[in-house]
Amino acid sequence: MTEPRDTFPRLLLHQAKVRPHRPAFREKDLGIWQTWTWAQVADEVRLLACGLAAQGFGRGDRLAIVGDNRPRLYWSMIAAQVLGGVPVPLYQDAVADEMAFVVQDAEIGFAVAEDQEQVDKLLEIQQRWPLLKRIYFDDPRGLRHYAQDGLMSIESLRAIGRDYAGRGPEFFLGEVEKARSSDIAVILYTSGTTGKPKGVSQTHAAMIHTARVLVAFDGIAEGDDLLCYLPMAWVGDFLYSYAQVHIAGFCLNCPESPGTVMNDLREIGPTYFFAPPRIYENILTQVMIRIEDAGWAKRRMFHYFMGVAKRVGMKILERKPGVPLTDRLRYRLGELLVYGPLKNVLGLSRIRVAYTGGEAIGPDLFDFYRSIGINLKQLYGMTETCVTVCMQPSGEVKLDTVGRPMPGVEVRIADSGEVLVRSPGLMKEYHGRPEATREALDAEGFFHTGDAGYFDPDGHLKIIDRAKDVGRLADGTLFAPKYLENKLKFFPYIKEAVCFGDGRDKVCALVNIDMAAIGSWAERRNLAYSGYADLALQPAVHDLIRECVEKVNRALAADSTLGNSQIRRLLVLHKELDADEGELTRTRKVRRRHIAEKYSPLVDALYSGKTSCYVETQVRFEDGRTGTVSADLKILEARTYDVAAARRAA
Amino acid sequence: MGAGRKIGGPILEVDDVSLAFGGVVALKSVSFDVRRREIRAIIGPNGAGKSSMLNVINGVYHPQRGSVTFKGARRHRVDPHEAAEQGIGRTFQNIALFRGMTVLDNIMTGRNLRMKCNFLQQALYWGAAQREELEHRAKVEAVIDFLEIQHIRKTPVGRLPYGLQKRVELARALAAEPELLLLDEPMAGMNLEEKQDMSRFILDVNDQFGTTIVLIEHDMSVVMDLSDRVVVLDYGRKIADGTPEEVRSNKDVIDAYLGVAH
Repeated sequence: MTEPRDTFPRLLLHQAKVRPHRPAFREKDLGIWQTWTWAQVADEVRLLACGLAAQGFGRGDRLAIVGDNRPRLYWSMIAAQVLGGVPVPLYQDAVADEMAFVVQDAEIGFAVAEDQEQVDKLLEIQQRWPLLKRIYFDDPRGLRHYAQDGLMSIESLRAIGRDYAGRGPEFFLGEVEKARSSDIAVILYTSGTTGKPKGVSQTHAAMIHTARVLVAFDGIAEGDDLLCYLPMAWVGDFLYSYAQVHIAGFCLNCPESPGTVMNDLREIGPTYFFAPPRIYENILTQVMIRIEDAGWAKRRMFHYFMGVAKRVGMKILERKPGVPLTDRLRYRLGELLVYGPLKNVLGLSRIRVAYTGGEAIGPDLFDFYRSIGINLKQLYGMTETCVTVCMQPSGEVKLDTVGRPMPGVEVRIADSGEVLVRSPGLMKEYHGRPEATREALDAEGFFHTGDAGYFDPDGHLKIIDRAKDVGRLADGTLFAPKYLENKLKFFPYIKEAVCFGDGRDKVCALVNIDMAAIGSWAERRNLAYSGYADLALQPAVHDLIRECVEKVNRALAADSTLGNSQIRRLLVLHKELDADEGELTRTRKVRRRHIAEKYSPLVDALYSGKTSCYVETQVRFEDGRTGTVSADLKILEARTYDVAAARRAA
Repeated sequence: MGAGRKIGGPILEVDDVSLAFGGVVALKSVSFDVRRREIRAIIGPNGAGKSSMLNVINGVYHPQRGSVTFKGARRHRVDPHEAAEQGIGRTFQNIALFRGMTVLDNIMTGRNLRMKCNFLQQALYWGAAQREELEHRAKVEAVIDFLEIQHIRKTPVGRLPYGLQKRVELARALAAEPELLLLDEPMAGMNLEEKQDMSRFILDVNDQFGTTIVLIEHDMSVVMDLSDRVVVLDYGRKIADGTPEEVRSNKDVIDAYLGVAH
């Protein structure tokens, strides 16, 4: 009974043996949650694997996975692993061109696609990359008349698999046995904040080791529930959904559609939740908008109890002493009247542990969730390290750090301030790029993260920015653009911000308004507007944004190292920054350099002392056509605060 | 698109129909046919009689002269509910949904025709009534899935933007599983993206369910892309009938749309 459980296919068979009747996957289909048990999943995977084998998929072949989180897409991943192949999940919202790069880079011959939209993209790629021989689709809608060679439904693939399995039942088990833990389990593409995306090859051993550490760290067990809604191409989804579910045997819930995630969240009530800061931010923005629109009684109640929560909520969560009885009672009452119902509406009532990572989270945002009793913690990591480098243990959560290194992970700070990591969870290599691999992994086996950070006195790691983005103003003040941008983005009215200042005499910023928040703000004030650009040009909106910036400046003035990097001049952009135009990465991080180039007239105007700037920008519509939008943007001056005075006051 | 679609014989024949309201002539001797599984467009300038034509087909108006033959049965007078029972569904130019009800409930009303249990059985929700409700719900969910409106299933219709309301209206019409679907300006007031979505849905409905579709539309590019054949009305008279290419090059049509110097 001690067969090694060191590859994902073996783990699957193990789960099917240990808990055959426990739910493994759920998906909401036609309004009803459908459940598959572990035994059923093992059976499905067997059919898919046999089908793929019959189609000529074998060891070393790569299977692209394109689509939203669907059980069959996850099963295709493991079916590929059974056959010794490598699944390569792709970002499903990438346009065909971006996808083509990855398909060629990973030399993909087989693909599983969710629906017609993805099939169309793959067929387009096939024109340039004929090696892509076979495409399987999950949802047949609209594909009835596609007669391309090598295109078939997963349903047909299963049928082929059934035939194939019938001929030799030992085939499947034999294939599972052949897999080695040192084999590559998956190739995950980095989002490409800088340059072209790189394929990160991770072995079974690395992923399984990391997932085991995680499962032990938070005591995850078969009774847990997770909603998988983040892109399958992202390492977090692979680790938290796919890897953990195979280790701990809990249930993975697939939302009905990307638009229903908030509903599904509420219906499933996950116990373990991971989301990048952006999602928490969106949830909070939604809550705030709805509260602003609520009746005065509810609004007053909300604000009163949120005040209580802000004062004592986090101490209560961390079981710290020193909370007066009256406040405890108030908090109880708040739980009954506000926090409880709020968590219920958001689908967060059953949450035991919630994580965020990928980007720094705004302190106020972080406090909000913790103060209403959600154990939100931060972690630090990247695709190359299987995410997990540092995590915050429960009870030792700090706002501005990402926690201690995880068991088995060594973290070292280079002289340049760069964070270096060595762990069993490190990637094997960048796919097909020995040069890049050598650059990232040094002779001692440390991975160079490219992030700048340091350890605080308690041994917690603090990340300030990307090492290459941290700069200095002309007067020598430290300039950490992301730090400033995050501060700005915490305001619900600001969707995106880009700060400039390295080597300059002052800090200036480009700001994107949040259409949902400002739209509703404008409606309440009876401000008429015709669309995004119009709204962004309104003087009232400018005043609002300027106030936000001045608040950030005041907070910065109290900081001794960053105090001089207050934002002096800014302008509100007339269009939203968009991933389709390369201004954001697919995970929606701003590409500062690209933006600086694209909007160079604006940046020059910010530094030249002009009061406004005329701009014409090319935009790409969703149907692929391009057009131009133009606007006369006003440059705003923000008040700054005296650093010394602020420190004296503090 | 349409590689595997087989267009059959006529499902609907409009023969010499004339309709007048007092002295105002809405339709004058209009004849055309609609074949099974085709997408047939009716176009024309404002006040040409397009909506009147649809209203004649599904029995809202009764023409003074002429007849309508649906599935081989020639009829002179038919009421809207009879038309619906025979398999004619429709959507309206100005949305006609129950604004206070959820999307799901609105679409469920599309199944009313096919509910066999009486009011009392439904109220008790027992036995046959329960089975029936579940069956209908499954059908409705299939439509919701088809039109990709899962995210608004429980949202009151009044809170939805216009484009989505139009889609819900289409969903309700589809829930009745019509053989002939009349769409009155399904894309009026939509932006480009919404129009593209709606066009795709119309093609998919036609393709997947084999539903015959008659639609009125102003956007000429949409009409040209979607329809197999086009009828052009002007001042209540038919001035052209044929494929989009034929109609586009027809001199009368160009005159009617662009105007002629008299």
